[in-house]
Amino acid sequence: MTSNLFRQILQRPTGVLCAALLAVLYLIAIFAAVISPYAPSDQNLAKTYHPPTGLVWHDGRLCVRVYKLVDPTEALYRAEPDRLAPVHFWAKSAPYKLWGFIPMEHRLFGVDSAERIYLLGSDSTGRDVFSRLLYGSQVSLSIGLIGIFITTVIGVTVGGLSGYFGGPLDNVTMRLTELLMAVPDLYLIIALRAALSAYFDSGQIFLLIVGILSFIGWSGTARVIRGLTLSLRNRPFIHAAEALGQTPFVILWKHLFPNLLGYLIVTSTLSIPGYILGEAALSFLGIGIQEPSTSWGLMLSQAQDMKVFMLNFWWLLTPGLAIFVTVILFNALGDVLRDIVDPKLKTQV
Amino acid sequence: MCATPLLEVRNLAIDFGRGENATHAVKGISFTIADGETVAVVGESGSGKSVTALSLTRLLPTPPARYVGGEILFNGRNTLTLSGDELRPMRGKQIAYIFQEPGTSLNPVFTIEFQIAEAIRLHRPEVKDVRGEVVRALDLVGIRDPEKRLGDYPHQLSGGMQQRVMIAMALACHPKLLVADEPTTALDVTIQKQIMDLLRELKGRLGMSIMLITHNFGIVADIADRVVVMFRGHIVEEGKTADVLRNPQHPYTRALIDCVPRLGQKQRRLKAIDHAEIEALLKP
Amino acid sequence: MKTYIFKRLLTMIPMLLGVTFLVFLLMSLSPGDFLTPIKAQRDISAEYIRQLEAEFGLNRPWYVQYFLWLKNLLHLDFGYSWTYKIPVVQLLAQRAPCTLLLSITSLIFSWAVAIPLGVLAAVYKGSIFDKISAFLAYTTLSVPGFFLALVAVYFAARTGWFPTGGLTSIDHDYLSFPERILDYAHHLFLPTLILGIGGIAGLMRIMRTSTLDVIHADYVMTARAKGLGERAILFRHVLRNAINPLVTTLGFAFSGLLSGALLVENVMNYPGLGQLVYQAFLRKDQFVVLGAVVLGSVMLIVGNLLADLLLAWTDPRIRYDK
Ligand SMILES: Nc1ncnc2c1ncn2[C@@H]1O[C@H](COP(=O)(O)OP(=O)(O)OP(=O)(O)O)[C@@H](O)[C@H]1O
Ligand SMILES: [Mg+2]
Repeated sequence: MTSNLFRQILQRPTGVLCAALLAVLYLIAIFAAVISPYAPSDQNLAKTYHPPTGLVWHDGRLCVRVYKLVDPTEALYRAEPDRLAPVHFWAKSAPYKLWGFIPMEHRLFGVDSAERIYLLGSDSTGRDVFSRLLYGSQVSLSIGLIGIFITTVIGVTVGGLSGYFGGPLDNVTMRLTELLMAVPDLYLIIALRAALSAYFDSGQIFLLIVGILSFIGWSGTARVIRGLTLSLRNRPFIHAAEALGQTPFVILWKHLFPNLLGYLIVTSTLSIPGYILGEAALSFLGIGIQEPSTSWGLMLSQAQDMKVFMLNFWWLLTPGLAIFVTVILFNALGDVLRDIVDPKLKTQV
Repeated sequence: MCATPLLEVRNLAIDFGRGENATHAVKGISFTIADGETVAVVGESGSGKSVTALSLTRLLPTPPARYVGGEILFNGRNTLTLSGDELRPMRGKQIAYIFQEPGTSLNPVFTIEFQIAEAIRLHRPEVKDVRGEVVRALDLVGIRDPEKRLGDYPHQLSGGMQQRVMIAMALACHPKLLVADEPTTALDVTIQKQIMDLLRELKGRLGMSIMLITHNFGIVADIADRVVVMFRGHIVEEGKTADVLRNPQHPYTRALIDCVPRLGQKQRRLKAIDHAEIEALLKP
Repeated sequence: MKTYIFKRLLTMIPMLLGVTFLVFLLMSLSPGDFLTPIKAQRDISAEYIRQLEAEFGLNRPWYVQYFLWLKNLLHLDFGYSWTYKIPVVQLLAQRAPCTLLLSITSLIFSWAVAIPLGVLAAVYKGSIFDKISAFLAYTTLSVPGFFLALVAVYFAARTGWFPTGGLTSIDHDYLSFPERILDYAHHLFLPTLILGIGGIAGLMRIMRTSTLDVIHADYVMTARAKGLGERAILFRHVLRNAINPLVTTLGFAFSGLLSGALLVENVMNYPGLGQLVYQAFLRKDQFVVLGAVVLGSVMLIVGNLLADLLLAWTDPRIRYDK
């Protein structure tokens, strides 16, 4: 089923494009530490709001222009006409750990430590926006996957069991989901955040966010799965399995789940953007990922400063573009999947 | 048939789609309907009856439909060449329709008063008391207590009642020609009889022409002056009802007549007909 | 119908009990209590604090507190805001109408755009227009709402055409009545636009599909056979049927709208419930958070009820009283 699905995605131009671009994004996120020239918290207070450095080809090698701060009050930089800094590939850098455990001393590219390469400019404390964007992608790209994993597990288990058994269990779970849906999502998130933040330090906030978003999300999945289970419940093959004495869990897992798989894959893909946007919104509000960690939403919250707009520091808005691209890719991929799995779902999902 | 007929169809040909995949739904048919005359169009499913009926006021969606040839003269005017603005006043006012499925042919979100009044306001702007006219139309088709039914929505009525409403709507503007496309196929047998009796009575009272489409020769014998038999987009036989019934010329007609359901039986589709044989007869 | 509404209102009671219980439980999980912030304030006497503790039962287990809070709630006493120094009810009464207003204007805006676009996309299916509108729908679905809000603030600041926040100008009280209305409209314009845009894409898609479903229905042929013009057919007979699925989504829409409003209000500095709850959260003004969450839920539940009633009104086949 899954390998077949994959083949079908590859048969559609949009499918190939989305899958390929997403694969690239994930590769970048995985190797963010190597690709980015600086650590995400690497400040340089002498070069705040630095514009993107210009790249030139000089003497057979790639160089960056060197800038001089002309007017500190307006953060106005000007390129010095004859000063260039060569770009080194596989450049030596301060030691860091890839994936938290592989010690490394090189990054994909960099310039001599006296100068700085800012492909997408620097922020209010002189940190490299490009590097932070890469590191931030780790949050956005993983939160959706982990989120839907948790949501799906809870949703399928709860929805499947309550659709299968019906009765009081069904009653209780359905009332519970209604309860969760009766509170506007962000209000509930804020209440949850208020309740739980004391138990998590800033390093664990990521887990808290995933937990909260999944806690909000499972009810919808559970309700749909319950409905689908109910409709499958009385099919002959379930009765046959029951007659063979299989336990409900086995029946759910072996007979119902495969039947729901197509639906789950489609809805999961289509709900990933919800997690990405959710995390971005929370971090943007300042109740998600905290400094010194980085995430796209958090980076955008910096852009709320009027100064950013007035002085046209457009590069601080690039995380918005990154979110946009990622979300649109998932949406398009989800649409392709929906067409493959069940063209009729179009109106329902 | 001395004066010009009300409706004259000449060599009408209609395709669906283009090129190699085109279906030739109607392949050059000609027939006439005189003033006050009832003509039954009979033929198996897919023979092109509905397509012919809808084409009279160019109701077929184009594309996929395409009028490839012929003319449709209504009161001497060719509806195939009229503009949309000239055609619209004819629809409903001159030629009105009743369709097969009253349940889906009435708009579910409007009251029956609204739907009938809409036609009256459109074609008879001189009418002051529209509601009174709606009541009269409902009364005409034998709906009891029409005032009480005005605010009803279609789903609140039975199938037979819905078809009566459709007829009332069609007749509200006193059309010259009523096209009834299998008006009873979707109804119970007892209701079928009521509706056909109603149509016969109204025909006598209002003196309009009727083009009645049906599968059922039993109905034909009851009401039609003349019969047109269609097969795969052709007219294979045409004549006075009595003549055709008594002495069918074409084997297909004979097969159709043999299929007349006995009372109390549901209508049966025509499976027993040997198409190859008839097709062979059609070849010139 | 009346009995149905009555029944629905009755089922709201356990629902609201559940919501308050859930939220209260969450709040009591967080360390400290409602009085922690004021205990730090010097100008409040220990006596007063003790009195408050007794009133809200803070020295007793949390479920006792919950019932005390509920009891107070029955007299519309939501507690006291320590940061604003006024009863929470007053705060909610100020803020909730603003959020309601913003939600309604954006709802109207998104419907007013989505319906004609969806119908046209269906009528001209496969045309350039259809493709462009589908593409635009895609794009708006993928832009974070708060980012748009950010850009809107920037736009307002740069051009000066719109205020950068608030619901009224400073001199609002001195304006004549029509000027006041204009003042509101001027302030509401950008927030409405931003909050509404997010909804357009989804609505348009639904409208397009449902129009396509309806456009070949038998009753459309009946309407055409009657001699109606294409416009009357489309905007009377087709639209009134195609809109029903849209009305069904209204119930869900409120949830998204209230959440969306929270973001937009905070970015665009709009004095609504969402801004209130967020700032109260930051300042640990817990009674305010509690009250706002409960009120938000009430608005959502009532909104769902209204959506169901509206559906019964637009689609006569739906009857709740049986
Ligand atoms: N919208 C359409 N698209 C393509 N072909 C069509 C369409 N409508 C009708 N046709 C073709 O036209 C032929 C005649 O159809 P028509 O509906 O006139 O049959 P009919 O005699 O009314 O049958 P029935 O008794 O089932 O109503 C059919 O064989 C069908 O293939
Ligand atoms: Mg037909």
